[in-house]
Amino acid sequence: MNFEILSIKDITSGLIQKKFSAVELAQSFLDTIKNKEKDLNAFIEVTEELAFKEAKAIDEKIKKGESLPVLAGVPCAVKDAILVEGERCTAGSRILKNYIAPYDATVIKKIKNAGAIIVGKTNMDEFGMGGSTENSAFGPTKNPHDHERVAGGSSGGAAASVSAHESVVSLGEDTGGSIRLPASFCGVVGLKPTYGAVSRNGIIALASSLDQVGPFAKTVEDAEILFNVIKGKDPMDSTSVESKISNDKFLISKLRIGVPKEYFAKGLDPEVEKVIRDAIKKLEGAGAHIEEIELKNTKYALAAYYIINTSEASANLARFDGVRYGVQAKETADLLQTYIRSRGESLGPEVKRRIMLGTYALSAGYYDAYYIKAQKVRTLLKQDFDNAFKKVDIIAGPVSPFLPFKIGEKVDDPLSMYLVDIYTVPVNLAGLPGISIPVGKVGNLPVGLQLIAKPFREDLLFETGKLAEQYAR
Amino acid sequence: MLTKEEVQHIAKLARIELTEQEVGIFQKDLSEILSYFDTLKSAETSGIEPMTHSIPLQNVMREDLPQKQSLEVIQKLIEMAPETERGLVKVKEVFLQGKNK
Repeated sequence: MNFEILSIKDITSGLIQKKFSAVELAQSFLDTIKNKEKDLNAFIEVTEELAFKEAKAIDEKIKKGESLPVLAGVPCAVKDAILVEGERCTAGSRILKNYIAPYDATVIKKIKNAGAIIVGKTNMDEFGMGGSTENSAFGPTKNPHDHERVAGGSSGGAAASVSAHESVVSLGEDTGGSIRLPASFCGVVGLKPTYGAVSRNGIIALASSLDQVGPFAKTVEDAEILFNVIKGKDPMDSTSVESKISNDKFLISKLRIGVPKEYFAKGLDPEVEKVIRDAIKKLEGAGAHIEEIELKNTKYALAAYYIINTSEASANLARFDGVRYGVQAKETADLLQTYIRSRGESLGPEVKRRIMLGTYALSAGYYDAYYIKAQKVRTLLKQDFDNAFKKVDIIAGPVSPFLPFKIGEKVDDPLSMYLVDIYTVPVNLAGLPGISIPVGKVGNLPVGLQLIAKPFREDLLFETGKLAEQYAR
Repeated sequence: MLTKEEVQHIAKLARIELTEQEVGIFQKDLSEILSYFDTLKSAETSGIEPMTHSIPLQNVMREDLPQKQSLEVIQKLIEMAPETERGLVKVKEVFLQGKNK
């Protein structure tokens, strides 16, 4: 039996019809992980014991004839910034190499209750800082389509694990593109939900006004199922809100799709552009109304994003000081030296770079020029989207301006690495939902179409995404 | 371009010890990125309110009451600290005796 092609619904029916047991399924995926990991490095930790424990519990339910929860037996990988009780949680950093999570994140409680089998913790750029997973303290994740190239980041391991059939679905986290970019590079579906739609309790924070947890899957349907499991208000996260469910019937003939001209400007690889334009044309062929729109402040988005990201990160990461969290430096004279040396020894270069940038942007004399200015530009970007959504229901464009790049190609030039986020960061700044749908390839390298909707209109992304993925087949 | 002293000052504020080599690398990187941030200077923002969050959040209030936690959980959390003594987290001394720090 080929377990690789199973969807969530296939797994449910396969378990009920006793075509396979949950333990057999878990074993098969753990075997795949064992075979592929030395090439891919998608996982920081494989949670075999936990996976079998959960799989046995599912088989027990089946034996007793109990009804099965929606994710019963589904092998799920989890980005290593999300706490799973009793398992190591490093966020890709050496400073947390010995940290064992003392509790489950809310999203983990939810997927466990829904019967998911957690197969492992996936590789990521240290604390989510990067677009290639090369900033992981545990080595880069390889792109399953070309091992010389990056998987994208920061949730590169979570995307690669789904793409390489090491898991059926996975959970990632997106601050400025960290779900959509690796989804695009690895050829899987990746959703960044509306800010607040999913609880952040138990997530190691990067930039709290931007972070959001979301699913990776091989199909839009599976991403939708996983999203419906993890969403919802959580008393442990005061920024979480209950998503309102839309009762609108989806009709492609009534859908207005906006194509922002700023997303097709200089810097976009013409081969990527062709795949994206074709995908949009097919939606037009299906009856959607296509309209060119303007998001005129897009050129400021990246600078505003990196000021806000680094500022919030510099505050959030103060806790990794060798006392509250993290490996402690040896033989220091006093408390201050313990702090500065622990951080100096165990944080990676990109993390140091961002903490210092944020510290600078927030320091006296620079606060207005950088941080407040960036927040004002954030308002302008939000207004751009508000105006666009008066005319259209969905915005479509590329996820990344270029194809997956070679490992090592950009690692010494942080600014050129930041440019990969150019089409994804505005969505986080405005708090909108965005999805990456694999719609084609250039050679053997996948290209993702980005769809963006109004807050809490994930339903539109799913319905449009299902059509786009169908036309791409 | 930031000076080496400026980089060291930022690093001190950020509580990060840097090697001499790192100071040189970050001097170049930070200067480049900060000059990229200057892109924003041309954005017209007079009369525009700064935005902290993308959703209009009100204060979410609750009674400030300690929540009961089992001894087991408390112990587990304390044990995660690098050094403990009698159920407390132990840290290095803040002021060194006889030294003017």
